[in-house]
Formats: sequence, structure tokens, C-alpha cells
Amino acid sequence: MAVSDAAPIISTRFDQTDAHTLDGYLRTGGYAALRKALAMTPDQVLEEVKAANLAGRGGAGFPAGAKWGFLPEDVFPRYFVVNGDESEPGTCKDRPLMERDPHQLIEGLLISCYAVGAAQAFIYVRGEMALAQERLAIALNGAYAAGYVGKDILGSGWSLDVVLHWGAGAYIVGEETALIESLEGQRGMPRLKPPYFPAAKGLYMQPTVVNNVETLSYIPWVLQHGGEAYAAIGTEKATGLRLFALSGHVRRPGVYEVEMGTTTFRDLVEAPVYGGGMRHGNALKAFIPGGASAPWLYPEQLDLGLDAGPVGAAGSMLGSGAVVIMDETTCAVRAAWRLVRFFAHESCGKCTPCREGGAWLEKIMRRILDGYGREEDLDLLLDVGDNISPGPFPHPASDGEDAVPFPFKQTTICPLGPSTVSPVYSSIWRFRDEYLVHIKEGGCHHG
Amino acid sequence: MAEADQKEKEEEKEKTTVTVTLDGQDIEAEPGELVIAAAERHGTYIPRFCYHPRMREVGMCRMCIVEIDSGRGPALQPACMAPVADGMKVDTESARTKKAQDGVLEFLLINHPLDCPVCDKGGECPLQDQTLAFGPGESRFVEEKRHFEKPIPISDLVYLDRERCVLCDRCTRFADEVAGDPLISFIDRGNHTQVNTFPDDPFASYFSGNTVQICPVGALLARPYRFRARPWDLDQVESTCTACSVGCRIAVQSSSNRLVRKLGVDVDPVNWGWLCDKGRFDFEAVGSDDRLGAPLVRAPGAEDLAEASWSQALAAAAEGITRARIRRGPESIAVLGGARGTNEDAYAWSKLARTLLGTDSVDAQMGDGLPAEAVVGLPRATIDAACAADTILLLGPDVKEELPVLYLRLREAVVERGATLVELSPVETGMTRYAEASLRYRPGEVTELVRALVDESAAVGDSERPGGLAPASAVREAAALLRRGSLVCLLGRPSLAEPAQPVVDAAGVLLDALPETTFLPVLRRGNVAGALDMGLAPGLLPGRIGLDQGRPWLAREWEALPGGRGLDAQGIITAAAEGRVGCLVLVGADPLADFPDRELARRALAGAGFVLAVDCFLTDSSRRADVVLPAAAFGEKSGTTTNIEGRVSRLHQKVTAPGTARADWMIAAELAFHLGGDLGFDSVDTIWDEIERLAPSHQGLTRARLASPEGFDGIVAGTVHDAETHGGPPSMAQTDSPGIQGALAHTKVDTLASSAMGTADKPDPSSGLAMQPPDPSGGGGGGTGTVAGRPAVLRWTPGPSAGGPPPLDRYSLRLVTSRRLYDDGTFVHHSPSLAPLAPGARLGVNPADLAPLGVGTGARVQVTSGRGRVVLEAVADPGVPQGSVALAWNQPGPGAADLIDVTLAVTEVRLETLSVPAPTSGRGSDA
Ligand SMILES: Cc1cc2nc3c(=O)[nH]c(=O)nc-3n(C[C@H](O)[C@H](O)[C@H](O)COP(=O)(O)O)c2cc1C
Ligand code: SF4
Ligand code: SF4
Ligand code: SF4
Ligand code: FES
Repeated sequence: MAVSDAAPIISTRFDQTDAHTLDGYLRTGGYAALRKALAMTPDQVLEEVKAANLAGRGGAGFPAGAKWGFLPEDVFPRYFVVNGDESEPGTCKDRPLMERDPHQLIEGLLISCYAVGAAQAFIYVRGEMALAQERLAIALNGAYAAGYVGKDILGSGWSLDVVLHWGAGAYIVGEETALIESLEGQRGMPRLKPPYFPAAKGLYMQPTVVNNVETLSYIPWVLQHGGEAYAAIGTEKATGLRLFALSGHVRRPGVYEVEMGTTTFRDLVEAPVYGGGMRHGNALKAFIPGGASAPWLYPEQLDLGLDAGPVGAAGSMLGSGAVVIMDETTCAVRAAWRLVRFFAHESCGKCTPCREGGAWLEKIMRRILDGYGREEDLDLLLDVGDNISPGPFPHPASDGEDAVPFPFKQTTICPLGPSTVSPVYSSIWRFRDEYLVHIKEGGCHHG
Repeated sequence: MAEADQKEKEEEKEKTTVTVTLDGQDIEAEPGELVIAAAERHGTYIPRFCYHPRMREVGMCRMCIVEIDSGRGPALQPACMAPVADGMKVDTESARTKKAQDGVLEFLLINHPLDCPVCDKGGECPLQDQTLAFGPGESRFVEEKRHFEKPIPISDLVYLDRERCVLCDRCTRFADEVAGDPLISFIDRGNHTQVNTFPDDPFASYFSGNTVQICPVGALLARPYRFRARPWDLDQVESTCTACSVGCRIAVQSSSNRLVRKLGVDVDPVNWGWLCDKGRFDFEAVGSDDRLGAPLVRAPGAEDLAEASWSQALAAAAEGITRARIRRGPESIAVLGGARGTNEDAYAWSKLARTLLGTDSVDAQMGDGLPAEAVVGLPRATIDAACAADTILLLGPDVKEELPVLYLRLREAVVERGATLVELSPVETGMTRYAEASLRYRPGEVTELVRALVDESAAVGDSERPGGLAPASAVREAAALLRRGSLVCLLGRPSLAEPAQPVVDAAGVLLDALPETTFLPVLRRGNVAGALDMGLAPGLLPGRIGLDQGRPWLAREWEALPGGRGLDAQGIITAAAEGRVGCLVLVGADPLADFPDRELARRALAGAGFVLAVDCFLTDSSRRADVVLPAAAFGEKSGTTTNIEGRVSRLHQKVTAPGTARADWMIAAELAFHLGGDLGFDSVDTIWDEIERLAPSHQGLTRARLASPEGFDGIVAGTVHDAETHGGPPSMAQTDSPGIQGALAHTKVDTLASSAMGTADKPDPSSGLAMQPPDPSGGGGGGTGTVAGRPAVLRWTPGPSAGGPPPLDRYSLRLVTSRRLYDDGTFVHHSPSLAPLAPGARLGVNPADLAPLGVGTGARVQVTSGRGRVVLEAVADPGVPQGSVALAWNQPGPGAADLIDVTLAVTEVRLETLSVPAPTSGRGSDA
């Protein structure tokens, strides 16, 4: 078992009780990176971030520096949007970043806006996160008052306004184009990509960068220590550290900042500083490696490293950094149904396959759980799923088939539809027998 | 490398088409064209629900998903969102495409109530047809379906059945994007998503019926049509709406000899498939029980009108006319009206009046329009030209209220394509929010405002307010907009409480300063433009020629022509009031409702010797006639109509007229016989051939052309002798769907009707709906070529201006009155669904003018002018400038017509309170 000795970066102030105040933040080195950045040219800042190879932490894992490079030249104004809508079941790592270290996020955002020449920034915070909203608002006011935000920041002549916006309780606005629609005052429904990606036409149809809270929280450190220093942590492809939200049947669920690549899922579950082993010493049944929408992995995949490449090859993804552990007492049918119910409930309703298909899947699964299942329901579930997310489902590693790359194919507008299918396939593929027990006996062996 | 790139780019630019492989065949597509549209042009119909060619694509329903390979391997993509690209491969038939489409269809059906037997859409429903064609025989869905309360009214005209809705976003997009009335929207989320209105805020849009037409299922239902017919019982013909003079192209449908539905047909130059609700639903009046089905005659000395036979009635009419002619001379005969019928009707009456009646006192307008010479003689613009102009100048009534679909076109030009509108208006209108500059003027003073805007020698001082209201700076800014490039002026009567003269003078000033300006008349009555073209105005002969100038030409075929210019409507009515009219003929005219000065009209009807009325209904005016002849209405007769552009398009009979009612032209012809003459035609076709032969502006506009694909869009008269405009071959789209078939093809595309969505081997359920060829012999009469002696059409030249603005009376307010879409007009009045929508006569007053009276919105005020006195409800309205008051024209009950004296330059009124003064606090801006 290898617990890396790489020092944490963005979670260092989680235990500092006044880190959310301006004083507390300044006392521990706050806003020094901003000063440093303002002394550089925007391009130099951009180069540092590119060198860091800092993967986005919202789910898709696209490197931040490369994404910023997609902004079309000479099209202004451009906007910067922070995605703080974190709502995927199991994912709870942006929340402490906003609640406990809001200035770190603001500082990261300022530096990023400076690098890309954004005219205005927006922080979109999930509607239910009251404390995060309050702390961010106070922090932003303080930063304005102290001259870190607003006109002529720190006497540099550079100005930026930051606008806070609270969501209204929909998971789908975490999807960047739905978030943009919501910011514009429309219903939170994703836009179809293509034709336009936010970098080309985003908020108010202007070039826009959307980045996750965690992604931006790493920026001050990257500026302070240089992109190369960041890229040196982890492995060549899986660079740096990352927050993982570990939940489920482990002894010590929690949010841990771990080194990418070198750490494995087994480390995360078993290391005393992380999960501390399985609850009650039970056996592992399955785990979700990257948030509710990620296809499940199984005990034989526990030694995979925390690295998008191998996890992708195994047919799943690191996604939003939420690892959910299920032990042998879990009813696979019920667990899958809970996830399906979530996605069906959160479907925005814009496109037919997700709106209708998601709810249909949920109804069939509910019926099976209620003891009214039919054997043909399994094929029906798989076929309905295929009409939302066509083609072979990613479970190749154990099957010896070729990897089916993520994201899956979809008949939908956004990946939420296929996310509904993910738990259905994962559970039927591995635990068909449990379904049959429900169907034939009308109940469950897991009590 | 870079060089090669550059070269490639240049080649790309030069290329006007891209080549796409569609199901293995190479097809040419236009750059930027969507796959779904390109495929359709090449005969491959990709199923769809949300895509609509006149609205922004949303890619929501996923029905059009097909495998598209843009070089990185085939992927499922919605064809409605994917623009074509060179080398793209599209597979609409692959197993993956079919599976995905079948999956989407199944998803749409699982919660669908399948109540087809009681659904208006059953039989013409894309969902039903798709399901019949491809759907699974049996449902795999055994769960309970989603339930909503069955149809809920979302407006006075439209019901919504949410269980049937497939959430395609068409209605909601239409309301927002096209109509600019975003009053319906999605509410709730996911599987509970539904279309609905906002609480307490109905979908009160003038265009709501379009949502019913474009809804791909039976979720939106029109109250006037609901449960009235099944599609397989419907017959339809191509026609043109004549409820106003935009001339929207339509399909008219009937069941059991009753009109039941009008559908918009998509033609590029006019209505794009849209209709306004008045045009869509006023067919109700055609089938009204109040229609006149037999002639009525007032026996000498009798109180009441009594039914009579046609021969009795025509004899009585001929006698009345002859007596007037003999006793008081032909100049004592006058004909009012004719703007509501066909061109053939108008021509027949124009000819009858000029020949057998012997009078030139004819007028299709009711003193509520513009001088006929200006309408026919000003350089005319088309709607397309107006929308494409650098600047559009609005100098007329509220286009949204009077010519609704023109409003849609202008709105699109502004909102989607950045056109610039400059509005000159006495009060705020429905166009104001789209105007780059909107200048107010005091009633009667528009000429001064226009002079300040365009006459560069008239320097505007900083403290001046040309036209009484607009600050000098605003005038200068607007003036710059008028000189930016091409300018089209929409010209009409901004208010009926002042004469047309200031507006005409303003047009003269404009034309003097900016001679390239073209004009689009804003006149409402259905065929007013056609009636004027046919010479239903004093001094004007058919084909836009003057009486004197045309006399030698027409005298060859018309027996005799009146000696001198006759009277216009105001002159006729004044003469009648003074007892100088021996016989007054009302051809679908109701001066008591339409003439701006009701008191004068009343005296005219009392003072006229003999009154003959030709009408569909007994109106206030026709009730006072001595003989009433029942006329066929819209849908009951064929012919042609002409819109504000001068565009001639065809009308076709769909149902039979009630009783023995007949077309106006036929009545004219029969009357001619009874007068001992013969107009020389016996069918609309022979009339049209005569028009084409004799009317210079209509030369070459043959029946054959009108019936051809080119004629489907309508053909603009007055331009036909210009080889450039009609010399070329008909456009591609038109050749694809020739003539009347075209109407069907267009409607099909538009309503997603059956066959287009179905398989080839499935019998086309819409075939029962085929447009009946109304004229199986086809258009006969070829062009007659150039005939020597044919006079040139009139060109209008500004006359002397009426002089300065009327003196200001600081103790009075100036009245502004203009039409609303829904009023007390005959057709609205007799359409049960529309009549209740008339807003009523309420007096809009600037809050600052209302405050001194100590009252607010809702107070009853007495309004007094030199002419009369009415009591009205006041509404505080900041859109009305201080010093003016606004009143909707022709609403039920007393109103503006009781206040106007047509001899005065402006109508000045005083207000007095009647009710106990209400506290004014907070109600001031309660407009
Ligand atoms: C259904 C759905 C939900 C998402 N929810 C979130 C979210 O809550 N927070 C987030 O940062 N990204 C979320 N994303 C990803 C965003 O679309 C986007 O990729 C991300 O915000 C980009 O930031 P990053 O590049 O810093 O990762 C979601 C994506 C989908 C398809
Ligand atoms: S997949 Fe679901 S959440 Fe995404 S756009 Fe479609 S309906 Fe909305
Ligand atoms: S009511 Fe009709 S047009 Fe409107 S969203 Fe539903 S199906 Fe589409
Ligand atoms: S705009 Fe005029 S022509 Fe068009 S539908 Fe309405 S009333 Fe008829
Ligand atoms: S998604 Fe293309 S027609 Fe609906």
C-alpha cells in the first residue's frame, strides 16, 4: 500500500478555522499568487497553466490550459464562469473548497481571468449550499473592499467584476451549457454541442470558459510554484493531486486530497489515512469510481491507479472524483434503482430519450423491486438503455473486448441520459442473478 | 503548406455548393444548409417533430437522428442541427439510424394517450402516421401513463391537451421568436415537463392559431375547429385571406359544405405560412345564421324590408337607379364600397358605374384611407423590399393591429436581421418597441415633422419641437437614419380623427427630398388595393390610369364614360346629407360603421334618394336601404385579390353561398341586364381576361400565369411589363411543387402531414385532402401583347400642401383614433369566437392629463367635441403624449365616429369627470 508523501495543496486550510476570512487567508499566504501573476503577462500566466497539465475536475477531465487556448483570438468580451453546482450523488469536494477556503477560489479565478482576458466572471453556486453561498459572498465583498477584485486591482490597471449566482435546485445546470442558459435567465437546459462550444459561443453567445471550482482552486499554487512543479507530482499522464470524495461502506468516508496516478483505488479504500478499510471488514461488491454517472467497477479492478487512462480502458471514468464503495450487503438492484431514480428525476426534459426513457427505466426497476418483475424486463431494460445510449456498453476489461471509450454514444443532447443507463447496465451485467431473485421470489436476499 | 491552405480556402469560398453523399447518392447542397433540408430537397424525408424551417432549430425531439460521417466515422446526429459539409456521408437507412429513430418514436408513444378517435389531429397526425408506418405492433410499456387534466384553455381561442404534447417546443418557440409574445413556456422538469401559460396570464396573442397549425400532434386545439371535422372529410382549395390586405396565402378547408378551417401556406414573399387569428378564424362569419340568403325590398311607403325574389329585387333596384338617373342626372348616382370583394367584383362594379350608371362618383374607401391617386401612383415597394431596406419608415396606423402578418415580417426583419425602423406616430404602437427611433407628433402636424426630418434647408433649432412634440436632438438622430441608404415608407392613416391630407403632404415632402423612396400602403380592407386598381375611385380607371387620360383607350370597349371627375367618399356622403344624391349604392359598405364622421353618415343615409345595398349581412347601413341584394362571401366565390404590394393572387370557391346569395360581379352583371345593357362577361375568367386586356398595370398578368407555379406566390401587378421581373424561369422551389399541388406540398411540410412522414407503400391518407383543381380547364387566355394606344400608369406627384399646422387650443386635447385587430367590423362581429375579443372603446389619456381631473384608470369621463358627446372609461396611458387622447376605432357602442367632424383638420375634445373622483395614488400608470 502506497500512501504518497506529496503534500496537499488545496486542502491545507480545511482545518484552519478562520481560513474563510480575508485575514485568515492573507495570514497563510493568500493573494500572493495574484500579485505574482499581475507582474507577468497574461500569456506567461497561460503558459504556466498549460505546463501544469491541470486536468479539469468537473467531470470531463479536459486540461484547463488547453481549454483556455480554444478561445477564438480577438473576440471580446469573453466571460469566465465558475461551475460550483456540484450535485452528483457522492460528489462533495467543491463544497468544502467554497465553504472553507473561498478566497483560494476567488484568487484562482482572478488569475485565470487575467490569463484569458475575461471581462467579467460569474460564480454559479448550487442552490442548496447556503453556507458556501454566504462564505463566498462575504469573501467576495472583503476582496472587493481590499482591492483584490473590482477596478484597478492592486494598482495594476487591470479590472474585473465577479458576479455571484445561486442555482435553483437542478442537477442538470452543472452541465456547462445548461449552466450558461440558467445564468442568462433561461430554463436550465443544455445546448446542443456542436454547433457551438462555450469557448466559441457561450454566455450571451460570447467566448466563455467554464471551469470547475476545484480546477480553479489549484491555480494559485500553480502560479506560486510553477506549472512544471505541479506536473512533476503524480505520473506523467496523471499529474498532480486531486480531491476524492470517498463514500459508502468504508470505515472513514471523507474528502481526501491524493496524488494522482501513483495512488490506487485499493489505497483509497484501505489506507488508514484514507478509507481505513471496509466497514465491519465486509467484502467489497462493487464500486463507482467517478460519480453516479460512471459505470461500476468490481473487486478485481481495485488495483487500478487513479488515472483517467486505465480507468477509461476499464470502461469507466474518474468523472467528478466521487468514489462510492458498496459492500456485500448491498442489493445491486436497489442500489441501481436509487441511481436511476436520481437521474430520471433530474432529467431536464429537453430531449425525448432521456425525458421518456429515463422515467421508463425507473418505472421498470421500481416494479421489479416491488415484486412484479418479469424475466423479459431485463432485455427490455437493456434495449431501452440501448435506445438512449446505443452500442456496446463499456464493460470490456473483464470481457476481453476492446475498450469502448467514454463518453458513450448517445441519442440524447447531453450525457445525463446515458448516465441513467450506466447503473442499469452495470448491475444487470454483473448481478443478473440478483434481478432474477427479485423477479422469481418477489423479494431480495439482502434484506 | 500554408500556401496550399490558403488556396484551399479560396476555392472553398468560390464554391457555391457542397457535395454530400446521401444514402449512397451524391447530392448538391447549399453551404450552411441543414442536412434535413438538403435531404428533403432531394426527395428524402427525414422524420421530425421539432424542426420547423421558419424557426430556430433546437434539436430536441431527436426524431431526425441519422448516422452522419464527417470524416471521423459514422455517428448519430440530429439532421436538423447538422449543417452540410463537403464529403459528408449521411445514412438515413442504416440499421443504427432506424433503431435510434424507432426508439425515439417508442419513447414518444409510451406516455401518449392514443385517443386518436376523439382527437382533431387524428388522420393528419405525424405521430399517428409514423407509428402506423414504423411503430411496433404492441406496446412494451406496461406502466401507467402520465396524466394531466384534459384540455385546458390557454387563451380564448386555443386549448391545450398536455397528455398529447410531445414537447417539441414549436408552439413555445413560435410565441417567443416569431410572434414576440412569450406567453407560453415549458414548466416543471424532466418527465413532468409541460407547456403552459404563466399563472393568470393567458396566451393572448394575435397569432395564437399558428401554434395549432404547427403543433405536430393534437395537443393544441383551436376552439373554432375543435370537433368540427375529421381530416378525411375535409376538402381544401388554395386561396388567399382577405380579412386584411396583407393577402396571406392559405388553404381553405370545408366539411359538409361549411368552412371549418383556414391554414397558412408558406410562400416566401408574403406570409411564410403564418396567419393572424382574425384571418384564421373569421370564417365563422361565413357560416353565420345571420347571413342574408334572399333579396330584401322595402315596398313603397312600408316600414320594413321584406323578402323578395331576385327578379323583383333587381327590377326595384333598376327602377330606383333609372328614376334617379332620369330625374336628377347620372352624376346624382354614387357607389360606395367594393374593397371587400374580388378584383373581378370590383371591375364589374367599376364598369357598371362608369357605363350604365354613368357616374364617376365611386369610392372603395370610406374616407378612412388615402387618396387613391397616391395609393396607385406612388412608387410601390414589396414586403420583401421593405424588410430588406436600410431603413423602414413607419408613417401610418399600428401595423400590428391592422396588418398583423406584415407586423410579423417587419418584426423578423428587425429582430433577426437588424433592420432599422423609424416610427412617426401620434401615440405609442405595437411597433414602437422595435423602432430605433420613434417620434411622437401632435395630431395634424405630421407634415412639419417630416419636413424637419428630410428637408435639409429647414434647419431645426435646438429648442424647436417639429410636429409639436419631438425634441430637436431626437429629430436629428432620426433624420440621419433616414439618409443611411435605401428607404421604404409604410404609408397610411395614423389616425382617423384627422384628414388624410397631412399624411399625403408628408409623403410629398419625403419624395421631394429623397426621390428614391418607395412606399407600401398601410390600408386594411381586404381588397382595397385591388379595388383601386380596378378604378373604384373618382377619376381613376382600371389599370392605374386617370379618367381623362384613359378615356380614349377604354372608350373603345366601354360604351360611354362619365364626363368629369366624380366625388370621393367624403364628397358623396356630404352630398347625400345635403340631399344631392338621387341614388346611393353600397357595395359591402357600411358608412355608419366605417366613415369617420357618423353624424354626417347618418344624415347621408337619410338624405339619399334611393339606397341600394349589396351585402352579406344586414348592417346598420344596409338596414336603411330600399333594396338589399345578398352577396356571396369569402370562400363562396372564385376570382383574384390584390394585396398592399399590388400582388395579385387567386381565391377559390369552397362552399356554396347561403340561399340565393351571389357574387358581387354577378349582381352587377344582372343589374346591367335590368338596366337594359350588358357588361359583356359571364364568368370570372372572362372578366379577368378583360382586365388583363384593358388595365395597363395588369397587362401580361394572364390567367395562365396566375395558375402557374409563379402565380402560387401571387404576382405583383404593375411590374409585369418589366421583362426582368418575369422573364426568368420560375424558381426551383416552385417548379418542385407546381400550382395547386404546391399548396398541398407546402402545407404538408408545414403541418408535417401524413404522407411525407409515412412510407412510400402506405396509401397517402391526405389524398382525400387534395386541393381540388378549381378550374380544370386551366388558365386560358394568353398574353395579348402590346396594344397601341395603351396609356401609361399614373405616377403620383405631390400637390400643393394643405398649409401649416392647425392652431393649438391649449384647453382641449387632440383625439387620435385607429383600428384594433378585433373591432365591431361585420366579420368579427359575426364570428362568435372573435367578437368577444374586441377590447371596447376606452379612452387612453396621459397620466399627467388625467391627474388634474382627480381621477385615474377606470373612471368614467364625458368626452365632448364640436360634433358630439360620448361617455367612456378612461385609462391612464403613458404611451399617449400629453395633449392627446387615444381611442380604439369602431368598437361596439358609441365612440370616436361620434366625435369626429371630417371638415376639421383635427378633432379637439374636452374631458369632464362623471364619477366621484377616485384616489389617484398609485393608479397613474395603470395602463
Ligand atoms: C449532467 C452533467 C452534470 C455536470 N455537473 C457538473 C457539476 O456539478 N460541476 C462541474 O464542475 N461540472 C459538471 N459537469 C461538467 C461540466 O459540463 C463541465 O465539463 C465542467 O464544469 C468544466 O470544468 P472543468 O474543465 O474545470 O472540469 C457536468 C456535466 C454533465 C454532463
Ligand atoms: S439528456 Fe436529459 S438532461 Fe440532457 S438535455 Fe436531454 S433531457 Fe436534458
Ligand atoms: S403543444 Fe404541440 S407544439 Fe407545443 S410543445 Fe407540445 S407538441 Fe409541440
Ligand atoms: S394578416 Fe391579414 S391576410 Fe394575413 S391572416 Fe391576418 S387578416 Fe388574413
Ligand atoms: S431533433 Fe431534429 S427534428 Fe427534432
